[in-house]
Amino acid sequence: MTEMAIRYRGVSKVYPDGTTAVDNLDLDVPSGSLTVFVGPSGCGKTTSLRMLNRMVDPTSGVVEVNGQDVSSIPAAQLRRSMGYVMQQSGLLPHKTVEDNIATVPRLNGVSKKESRANARELLGSVGLDESLATRYPAQLSGGQQQRVGVARALAADPPVLLMDEPFSAVDPVVRQDLQHELLDLQKRLHRTIIFVTHDIDEAILLGNRVAVFARGGRLAQYATPEELLRAPADDFVADFIGRDRGFRSLSFENAAVALQPVTVLAADTGERTVVGPGSENPAPWQGTGAAASSDWVLAVDERRHPLGWLPVRSGGEAAGREELRVGGTLWHEGDSLRTALDAALSSPSGQAVAVHEDGSVAGVVPGEDVMRAIEEQRATRHHGAEQA
Amino acid sequence: MNWLTNNWPAVLELAGAHLMQSVVPVVIGLLISVPLARLAAGNRWLRPLFVTGSSLLYTIPSLTLFVVLPLILGTRITAVSNVIVALTLYVIAILVRSCVDAFESLDRDVLQAATAMGYKPARRFFGVELPLAVPVMIAGLRVATVSNISMVSVGAVIGIQSLGTLFTDGLRRSIVAEIVVGIVATVVIAVVLDQLLRLLGHTMTRWQRTGTAAPHASARRRDDTGDGADTGGARGAAGALATVESGGASA
Ligand SMILES: Nc1ncnc2c1ncn2[C@@H]1O[C@H](COP(=O)(O)OP(=O)(O)OP(=O)(O)O)[C@@H](O)[C@H]1O
Ligand SMILES: [Mg+2]
Repeated sequence: MTEMAIRYRGVSKVYPDGTTAVDNLDLDVPSGSLTVFVGPSGCGKTTSLRMLNRMVDPTSGVVEVNGQDVSSIPAAQLRRSMGYVMQQSGLLPHKTVEDNIATVPRLNGVSKKESRANARELLGSVGLDESLATRYPAQLSGGQQQRVGVARALAADPPVLLMDEPFSAVDPVVRQDLQHELLDLQKRLHRTIIFVTHDIDEAILLGNRVAVFARGGRLAQYATPEELLRAPADDFVADFIGRDRGFRSLSFENAAVALQPVTVLAADTGERTVVGPGSENPAPWQGTGAAASSDWVLAVDERRHPLGWLPVRSGGEAAGREELRVGGTLWHEGDSLRTALDAALSSPSGQAVAVHEDGSVAGVVPGEDVMRAIEEQRATRHHGAEQA
Repeated sequence: MNWLTNNWPAVLELAGAHLMQSVVPVVIGLLISVPLARLAAGNRWLRPLFVTGSSLLYTIPSLTLFVVLPLILGTRITAVSNVIVALTLYVIAILVRSCVDAFESLDRDVLQAATAMGYKPARRFFGVELPLAVPVMIAGLRVATVSNISMVSVGAVIGIQSLGTLFTDGLRRSIVAEIVVGIVATVVIAVVLDQLLRLLGHTMTRWQRTGTAAPHASARRRDDTGDGADTGGARGAAGALATVESGGASA
């Protein structure tokens, strides 16, 4: 049994104006996991989150953090044990970056000097330069402000982090960076994180488990992202997740596939070599072996960037340049299964072309290998889900 | 000029008295207005009560107040304390309003973030709300100070010493130079104090004008505090100027 960091027991919240924001919520959040609350606007995500740090008091039911009823813990003390990040960073505009980060340690009585030194260290761990320490929040970009917000939430080393749509006000590129950095951070820190978003893709990317809320404050489904995509509990969830969910479910898995060697044809010299695992330096083409038996050769330019595929004639001769088939999408090592599958499907040879960071050919992954990896992925995930 | 060379020690003494009578009420008035305004801000019952109530104070003509206060306070009619009390009331009339504006202009997200981090109410007030309210508050403070400096002179009519004494004395004895010195000295004090306050506000709100922000951040900053401060200040100043004029006329 995993230890539960957070428990909601029959929790409801009805605001004085009669709005039911949360309706009889039962939810257990395991220690050290990243749990996402997702759902359309007004479905009670923020309210549920704020009942954890007593910013909102439940109308009925019990909220427990680490086995303790939160209503029995003094509010300020409870809040200092939880990092809180919100959409508009909420940084104190009259304090410098370092003093913002040092806020909670200062409230806890840590000396100015010590808490500032700690703040500067934290800047590095959220990907910011130390030179920003003495700036005011207004001198930062939106993305930088959110990073400072995360650093501030981490400053007192809280076991629980509450994040309310922390990345939804920044542009998509920055958001992607922040999402991946959060995952990296979580890999190192293993905090119990509750992350609120209305973006299902973000939920699937980040969550160990995802709680889908429906209008009226009802919890519609609480499951791993994979279960959610594969078996939505009801029409509401299926609708909320949207189209392509089978295909999309591949996008959060790194493709555990082995590269195969491929025969490449230098377009300028007409020279054939074999590129791929086991041939650090391109081996001369022998006319035999797995790579040689393929019906296709991959044409490359002088930097060995892929140009496209050429069919191999029965005699072993590659077709002329006029028959070049422009290749499909490319797969970089570490990319997801979804990218690998797309690369294979879009390739005339049925093989996904893998490239190094510099864009030169690294090898290929046959489509059937990608499919096998998908199958294996499903098996292990299923197994993992049963264990949890 | 001759008049001044012969009388400058007396002028200095009157200027000192004038300064004291205008600054002390500002300080006391501020200490009273801030807690009143904080209670009233966002409160459905207290807000109209305090804001309307305090602005009604301004409709009492200053001369009337100077004459009536001794009866209420049991002081001599020429006691400086009458001026101090009267002007404190006027300061409250101006400042409650602008301090309410200041507290209501605070960014709710920032306040919620402070609470969520574990600020207790008192510390949040002194550590977050007050410093962030300064930009709007300073505007009201400047108006109150300048208006006080002009109103202190009225006390001279009933014999309370200030730079106003130079007008009354100069009129009675027909010394034009004395009147001119009185006017110039009053203006100089007003301008100097106003600029000092502006400077004070400037240093206390460095965080607000920190130039090189990214467009996104600076746009938001303007929404949250900058604009609020400007309009609040302008509104406060315009309102107070109008009342200064009417106050002056009624005196
Ligand atoms: N203080 C309040 N008083 C009255 N009603 C409220 C209050 N706060 C929230 N509500 C209502 O409760 C419901 C849930 O609000 P909540 O903020 O929890 O939703 P949410 O899921 O976070 O939405 P969003 O995605 O828009 O942030 C909404 O209908 C909202 O209008
Ligand atoms: Mg919300």
